[in-house]
Amino acid sequence: MYQTLRQIARIGIRTESTPAAADDVVVQRLHADILRVLGRALTLRHVDAGSCNACELESQALSNPYYNVEGLGIRYVASPRHADALMVTGPVTKNMAVALRRTYDAMPEPKLVIAIGACAIGRGVYGPNYATIGAVSELLPVDVTIPGCPPSPTALLQGILAAIAAQPAKR
Amino acid sequence: MNVTPLGLLAAPLLAGVPAQRAQASSGQLLTACRLAWENGGRLVALWASDERDRGRGYCLRVVVEDWEGLTVLEHTLPDDRARYPDLSPIFPAALRMQRATYDLLGIAAESDDPRAWLWTASHATRQFPLRRDVASGEAAPDHDAYAFVRVEGEGVHEIPVGPVHAGIIEPGHFRFQVVGEKVLRLEERLGYTHKGVESRFASMSVDDGAKLVGRISGDSTVAYAWAYAQAVESAVGFVPPARARWLRALCLERERLANHLGDIGAIGNDAGFAFGLAQFSRLREDVLRMNEAAFGHRLMMDAVIPGGVARDIAFEHVHAMIDEADRVARQIASLREIYDEHAGVQDRFRNCGRAAPDLARHLGLVGLAGRASGQARDIRCDFASAPYDLLDVRIATQTAGDVWARVAVRFDEALESTRLIRLVATALLDPVTAGPVHAPGPALPPDRLSLGYVEGWRGPVLVALEMGDDERIRRCRPQDPSWCNWPVIEHAIVGNIVPDFPLINKSFNLSYSGHDL
Repeated sequence: MYQTLRQIARIGIRTESTPAAADDVVVQRLHADILRVLGRALTLRHVDAGSCNACELESQALSNPYYNVEGLGIRYVASPRHADALMVTGPVTKNMAVALRRTYDAMPEPKLVIAIGACAIGRGVYGPNYATIGAVSELLPVDVTIPGCPPSPTALLQGILAAIAAQPAKR
Repeated sequence: MNVTPLGLLAAPLLAGVPAQRAQASSGQLLTACRLAWENGGRLVALWASDERDRGRGYCLRVVVEDWEGLTVLEHTLPDDRARYPDLSPIFPAALRMQRATYDLLGIAAESDDPRAWLWTASHATRQFPLRRDVASGEAAPDHDAYAFVRVEGEGVHEIPVGPVHAGIIEPGHFRFQVVGEKVLRLEERLGYTHKGVESRFASMSVDDGAKLVGRISGDSTVAYAWAYAQAVESAVGFVPPARARWLRALCLERERLANHLGDIGAIGNDAGFAFGLAQFSRLREDVLRMNEAAFGHRLMMDAVIPGGVARDIAFEHVHAMIDEADRVARQIASLREIYDEHAGVQDRFRNCGRAAPDLARHLGLVGLAGRASGQARDIRCDFASAPYDLLDVRIATQTAGDVWARVAVRFDEALESTRLIRLVATALLDPVTAGPVHAPGPALPPDRLSLGYVEGWRGPVLVALEMGDDERIRRCRPQDPSWCNWPVIEHAIVGNIVPDFPLINKSFNLSYSGHDL
């Protein structure tokens, strides 16, 4: 226990300041109602719809002490019924389409959809393919897209912040 | 493996490791596999190709590895009515590979498991995506029809989990048969991330293929890129510049280190030790940030390319990596003490999700998980190619086969990787290793099978490559170690309690994407 406390004391707090919401993140739809309901607190549900797992690694990194998304009021939740926003990665495989649709349907209104990475935005390296549907927007209404292969945690954070801060006039 | 006594004619095969190929009849295929098994060999890969356009029907390829190297057994099937022998009685891991081969190509083994594995849609329509004459139909898979094996009896019930999971992980379905908290049986259902990678490779250029191969399993992008580059280069006997080989090893060890750091933290977290996750995810982030600075990509995607590496790294980064290696090694050592002395963590780790060495050998467990179960194999030691022949890699093994052992092997390997990073970085500072980091190789001739075989952080990654007439890829088969290891989790979980499953699963940390293709 002494060693554990010593390590905690020695490393200290490493959390960095929050990046500004990105300009290059494309916000497709703006939901005044969501902003009114959520403020800056946001719960996220993540669905991998066929990604290579690089987007997952970077999404997980958001929880590390440097980015500390929980400190910003942003939490990943285990159930879609608790989620405000759905983060989707991958070229949407046909094998995952039903599960993705059901996850979205289980979320309460109002809800946001964030497409993460080149594949979710437009198939990426996997291209036209018998096994994929393609962009997430083919299946669900996408609010925000975050480009990258994979997007860095900073880019992810900027995208998420853009999603909730896009319309400051309505706050 | 000496296949001559079996009446087989072995020819040397172009590969990054010692390898040979031999044509085998169905009887010879079985005998050769049995011989390989008896000599301590293991199954690496099984796949098939449509060769009807060349008048050769379908070609099944089975890759086995023993202490002498790889042997590719080739078996020709005249048409899709012919069956090939079921290899799963010898190598249990072959079963899913055989099922996937049917899903994608429509040729079947003499096996009694007809259920689809990766792609159900082809079973009804008979439109097999890897056939050269396939019509691109709008086939939709039907997942609800999958027949799980059920356990019946008083108090037995079923728990379905997935494909969408609670955390930020890849999709897969797990069907538990339980009594109370105790797991009687687990059946995995994978394939959710099947995105047609193998058909996508066909008719790609070598350079485009390099981009795709780096995205088969994002956590192993360097291992795949290197295995692919090895296959491309050995097809024409091209040797990349020496400095490029050192840089490749640097990337591969940094990838191993980053993944092990992330896993040790996450496994600690699954045992209720959030401190471990915070500390190790911080260390992992440091390593990734250094990657970004030195290679321009946090995961080092597209850093390793056929002919060498994409770019050299600056001297300041080499120096920084040496300092970083020392710093990380010290941190790993002191955190390991904390893990070892934490009674709660040790209680969850010990005897949890055990795959005993004899079970591991029987089922063909490979890579990191294999080494934690007494399977002392590591390509970096067994078939050390440059620069590993100069590095004298120390293999890490355990025999307990439980979560604790898989964590212990990760600790040892992470420390070893910091040592290797220090050695490689020091070598990069030596004027002897100065020089170009990339050289264009000659164009690849058609119809020539070549292999790349690299020890990724999870285990051996195989890439088999064959070019077509037009300098386009004819067939590329990437084989992830997860193919061999997924079935073992079904055994390791038996008798454990359901809440230990996330811990056990994470301790193996297998790839869904690398398996589903």
